[in-house]
Amino acid sequence: MSTPLEHDYIGLSETSSVERSSEKIPSSSSPSSSSTHPNEDKTTRTSLNLKETELRLGLPDAIDGPNGKWVFPMHGKSDVELAKGAILAFPRAVLEGKNNLPSMREVGGLPQSPNPVQDKNILVPSSNEHSNPPASKAQVVGWPPIRSFRKNTMASNSEKNGEDAAGCHYVKVSMDGAPYLRKVDLKTYKTYMELSSALEKMFTCFTLGHCSSNGLAVRDGLSESRLMDLLHGSEYVLTYEDKDGDWMLVGDVPWEMFINSCKRLRIVKGSEAIGLAPRAMEKCKNQS
Amino acid sequence: MAYSFPDEVLEHVFSFIQSDKDRNAVSLVCKSWYEIERWCRRKVFIGNCYAVSPRMVIRRFPEVRSIKLKGKPHFADFNLVPDGWGGYVLPWIAEMAGAYPWLEEIRLKRMVVTDESLELIAKSFKNFKVLVLFSCEGFSTDGLAAIAASCKNLRELDLRESEVDDLSGHWLAHFPETCTSLVSLNISCLRSDEVSFSALERLVGRCPNLRSLRLNRAVTLDKIANILRRAPQLVDFGTGYYAAELQPDVFSNLAGAFSSCKELKSLSGFWDVVPAYLPALYSICPRLTSLNLSYATIQSPDLIKLVSHCPRLQRLLVLDYVEDSGLEELASSCKDLQELRVFPSDPFGAEPNVSLTEQGLVAVSLGCPKLRSVLYFCRRMSNAALVTIAQNRPNLTRFRLCIIEPKTPDYLTLEPLDVGFGAIVEHCKDLSRLSLSGLLTDHVFEYIGTYGKKLEMLSVAFAGDSDLGLHHVLSGCESLRKLEIRDCPFGDKALLANAAKLETMRSLWMSSCAVSFGACKLLGQKMPKLNVEVIDETEPPDSRPESCPVDKLYIYRSVAGPRFDMPPFVWTMDEAVRILH
Repeated sequence: MSTPLEHDYIGLSETSSVERSSEKIPSSSSPSSSSTHPNEDKTTRTSLNLKETELRLGLPDAIDGPNGKWVFPMHGKSDVELAKGAILAFPRAVLEGKNNLPSMREVGGLPQSPNPVQDKNILVPSSNEHSNPPASKAQVVGWPPIRSFRKNTMASNSEKNGEDAAGCHYVKVSMDGAPYLRKVDLKTYKTYMELSSALEKMFTCFTLGHCSSNGLAVRDGLSESRLMDLLHGSEYVLTYEDKDGDWMLVGDVPWEMFINSCKRLRIVKGSEAIGLAPRAMEKCKNQS
Repeated sequence: MAYSFPDEVLEHVFSFIQSDKDRNAVSLVCKSWYEIERWCRRKVFIGNCYAVSPRMVIRRFPEVRSIKLKGKPHFADFNLVPDGWGGYVLPWIAEMAGAYPWLEEIRLKRMVVTDESLELIAKSFKNFKVLVLFSCEGFSTDGLAAIAASCKNLRELDLRESEVDDLSGHWLAHFPETCTSLVSLNISCLRSDEVSFSALERLVGRCPNLRSLRLNRAVTLDKIANILRRAPQLVDFGTGYYAAELQPDVFSNLAGAFSSCKELKSLSGFWDVVPAYLPALYSICPRLTSLNLSYATIQSPDLIKLVSHCPRLQRLLVLDYVEDSGLEELASSCKDLQELRVFPSDPFGAEPNVSLTEQGLVAVSLGCPKLRSVLYFCRRMSNAALVTIAQNRPNLTRFRLCIIEPKTPDYLTLEPLDVGFGAIVEHCKDLSRLSLSGLLTDHVFEYIGTYGKKLEMLSVAFAGDSDLGLHHVLSGCESLRKLEIRDCPFGDKALLANAAKLETMRSLWMSSCAVSFGACKLLGQKMPKLNVEVIDETEPPDSRPESCPVDKLYIYRSVAGPRFDMPPFVWTMDEAVRILH
């Protein structure tokens, strides 16, 4: 499969695939199980787990963090691009199209998440999806005829058993300063990029309100200057609470691992995210 | 000279006639009976909310106290009906708010219910008692809070299998302290981890008439005992989480609580079960008539043990972990069994993960003389097994078989399963509901048309060879009300040849078949009492040649004319409306 063009979450395309191929993916150190199909060969699953949870330090290229503290992986982009990118600052590592992070393949010997599994995930219709093209002959919309309620329930059951889950997975999303919470179904997204676009749309009204005192015009698109103002005025970072109750930065782990361990999301102001990703914040703040 | 009873006497007599069919018959006797009947009809059932308009119902039946409405087609359960299709209850509530101030009961199935609708219900009906939302969606716990707060005489709140936007568990606290009237509360569909447990406990404690309580997963095992002790009069109970580390005191507390419920006959819930806690149920098992373990991932030995304690069981819902061996045990222990549903634990897996085959069903058909209703998911079937089942159980009224892989033949002979299903319809003369699966040719439809005289609902998938199949069904099944078909090579001919039949049915669904757009238009043109709707999410059907097949087709009879709440991907074939569009 051709490597999809990388985009930061607002759609500005990446520069070169050379950069991509030399990237390593920073992994979470928590041994959460990877999402593989229950019927998958156990040995593959185990080996995937080991690889995915292997502690990788810092950023691939230049800005390497040998001391083990993880950095905001917005590397490789120019500063301008970075600035454009971040209302929700996002680790670039995860902005690589589908769940199958292509560079994982290229980083010697890492077994891919099997495609059929991913496709099966896409195919199992949640109550919100209705036209998913079948990847294999057996996978057809609405067959076998099992009600969404049952599918979703069994999905949550199997999630708790660490198996691959079909159905939907709603988590609460809070944003600092917003008057109410929202909920998103993580299953309806396949990538971090999709998630962040959706969240951005959901919480747009709040960022607008936040900035209205600066006299900014009602936004109808994302202009560069607008974003830079927002960025300087108030940075937001997307974080999540995982199964262990820890607050983590979104974007470090493979998508599947993320949705299996994510319990809730929180969009925090940059200043509060300092404890999570100090270098990134400093880096952002230093742009102007 | 006209001999007749005074109206009041007739009205009194009619008050004993509850069934809709009988009431409809009464209203046809003569004009005066029609008039008297319509003024005293208190319950209305509308099987398709688009078959009639709220105003028409209100005009004919001005004193209704109880209404039941169904919205989306059945295949919506399997995601075949796109979101936004319709089935909105708000227009109904809005009209009834003015016309039926004394409305007491609303039961909805597969409808879109918004918080606005719920708030309107809460505001408009002073004596509101029963709200059942079966497989509905579109509302949140805020709407529920409005119902809880305002409905002073609420007896039933049943949200079975609905999709609720779970904003907060605190809606339960909106039930005022003065509310003591609850008889039935089903919140099993709520997904949130926060249920205001103390509010729930207090509510349960102050409702002495509570008979049916179904909790959601948020309620943990240790809390179940507390709830049961406050409601020992329960007849139907849905547990929450039935899993926890085994602790002797928790176990004995639970067992004690269950044993104090002398009326308990029906159990469900069992999300996540720790088998070690199942013996806590043993004291009530002898009385159990209904057991829903269809979410419980417990293995056959534990299931067998449990089921063998339940000799009075009439209804069992279970996952295929029960396996053939478990069903054999069921067949020998539960001679009162009337309904069996076996669901797949791993429906999307390529290989079977459990040893459940046609043998289990054959065993139950042999051992359970009262068996009437079957829903069975399995991976293999044979004509021989189906014939045996049919011969064993001619009293079957509902038979739904789902062989997981489409077009699977008889595993012994590799032939189609026509003969097997043929035997089912031939022997089971009162069969009213049938779902087919496996490899099937036009022959099976010939059998169905010939023998399925009482068949009211038929579900077909990946079956048949030609229009002849559909023709057999439409021309032969005299009692047919609902027909739903997907992925079958049925085209225009059978449909157009049997157009008149469609007016005698509630609805016909056809998706991924071979019905052309031209035929749909023709049907819409010729049959004004039918609403012919084409669903296509990719592009308008008339952007392609008329001979192109439509993606999805939903035809239903209606006296209300074409509907006007169609989303952009639904096109009516009603000529007048279509041209205006």
